[in-house]
Amino acid sequence: MTNNTDDGANAKSMTIIVTKGSLDWAYPPLILATTAAAMGVDVTLFFTFYGLEILKKKLDLQVTALGNAAMKMPMMGMHMAMPNIVNMLPGVDAGATTMMKNLIKSKGVASIEDLREAAIESDVKIIACQMTLDLFEYKATDLIDGVEIGGAATYMERALKSDINLFI
Amino acid sequence: MADKTLDAKGLNCPLPILRAKKTLKEVPAGGTLEILATDPGSVADFAAFCRTTGNELVESTSNAGVYRFVIKHVA
Repeated sequence: MTNNTDDGANAKSMTIIVTKGSLDWAYPPLILATTAAAMGVDVTLFFTFYGLEILKKKLDLQVTALGNAAMKMPMMGMHMAMPNIVNMLPGVDAGATTMMKNLIKSKGVASIEDLREAAIESDVKIIACQMTLDLFEYKATDLIDGVEIGGAATYMERALKSDINLFI
Repeated sequence: MADKTLDAKGLNCPLPILRAKKTLKEVPAGGTLEILATDPGSVADFAAFCRTTGNELVESTSNAGVYRFVIKHVA
């Protein structure tokens, strides 16, 4: 595994269980993983259920305000929330996703592609859940290279030795 | 005068830290890295980054919306 001795005094470790695959929810685990790695922390990400979307070779993450009353987009100097009945219409999610991607770009926020690349570059260990692959009929070849396939025991072995374990 | 300068202006969390970490590798031990940023969160973040990694935050100033950090590459 990654040797932290060249990265300062920090030899701590962290694991995150990544369960969500929407554009907005993909950010917290990747931001924490890349930043922790930059601070010399040995990081493991375990992708399960919808989190697997983040490991697809071709990313197509979407955002939806449906059932998310707190999602308000800045628009013309105000913040706009959408009633669920509007969010159900075809094309509204695609519109919200485009809007979010434009905001991300204009505010200098990293893209998910960039953060994923940064995670791989900084030796973040990536484990994809075997059971979820079976369940949703995905193959390991649908995922980016450098992914280890494992199950709950693989995760637990690392989690038991880690200083921080998060579920996102 | 720093050994190297990183322009992280316009970048948002966590990019200034990630770029700084990467650039720090190109600075010899004992050398300094200057970082310019516009993300207000970077003030607290660079201080925390340095405390955690053992690198020394030599300077943290701001002028006209641009934050300037000088980090001495220790670890």
